[in-house]
Amino acid sequence: MITLSHYLILSAILFSIGLVGVYRRKNLLLLLFSTEILLNAVNIGFAAISKFYGDLTGQMFAFFIVAVAASEVAVGLGLMIVWYKRRGTLDIDSMQSMHG
Amino acid sequence: MFEAIAFYLFSAVTIAMFTITVMSKNALYAMSALAAGMIMISGFFFLLDADFLGVVQIIVYTGAVMALYAFGMMFFDTTREVKENIRAPKLVFLLSGMTALLLVIAFVAPIVSDHIEALYPMVEGVQNPQAVGVVLFTKYLVPFEVAAVMLLVAMIAGIILAGKKMDESLTLKIDDEFQEKGAQ
Repeated sequence: MITLSHYLILSAILFSIGLVGVYRRKNLLLLLFSTEILLNAVNIGFAAISKFYGDLTGQMFAFFIVAVAASEVAVGLGLMIVWYKRRGTLDIDSMQSMHG
Repeated sequence: MFEAIAFYLFSAVTIAMFTITVMSKNALYAMSALAAGMIMISGFFFLLDADFLGVVQIIVYTGAVMALYAFGMMFFDTTREVKENIRAPKLVFLLSGMTALLLVIAFVAPIVSDHIEALYPMVEGVQNPQAVGVVLFTKYLVPFEVAAVMLLVAMIAGIILAGKKMDESLTLKIDDEFQEKGAQ
């Protein structure tokens, strides 16, 4: 029998995978992929709690997270295209214009 | 029984796909694995009786977001392997493990108490999309409209950033560009 704990543990595992990606990726595009993983892991947790407590609020929050993720991709990708046109690279280490 | 088989199958595939996304050196492989993982996650939503959310997951994530990423990757050189210098790989895993543990403890702590009551309980005999629609258009109408405006703003921002000559910014000019302009 699959309980709420199973889903929450899965959500935590996926969230840690996403965190590993956020910490170790140096390429901006692949960093955005990792943030998508984080958002999806949280969505699974919301949907699971929504089912096991018989409450629709969790699903509502998941919808708004999907909307936020979609707009984040649109703006983030636009900014990345601008940056790539200027610098020719998406490496995070090259993202500094101040020399101190 | 079938729920258990489906759960373990979906979780194994999802974890494998997301691990490929995080670890792969090739951006194209990472994107394909991410798309496959998104589809598998929609399977969890169908298992959890959140039919509408599962459909939205497939349409928005694997349809729109992944298509947008694929479109964006046409601008970048994706066949070349991504070069990343990672300074302390062990520290990365330790840090992310500790952070994840801390987050899980912080968010699971309220569940231990027994005082959780359903704010908008699910009604028997009503399909999931109907129930979602009723709650979304009554209790969450204002956040829904705000989300619509936010998506419109994001769409306009994406069009302008990618289409107009935004890469010729005056505030971020590199010194050489000024000298080139001055020489002309």
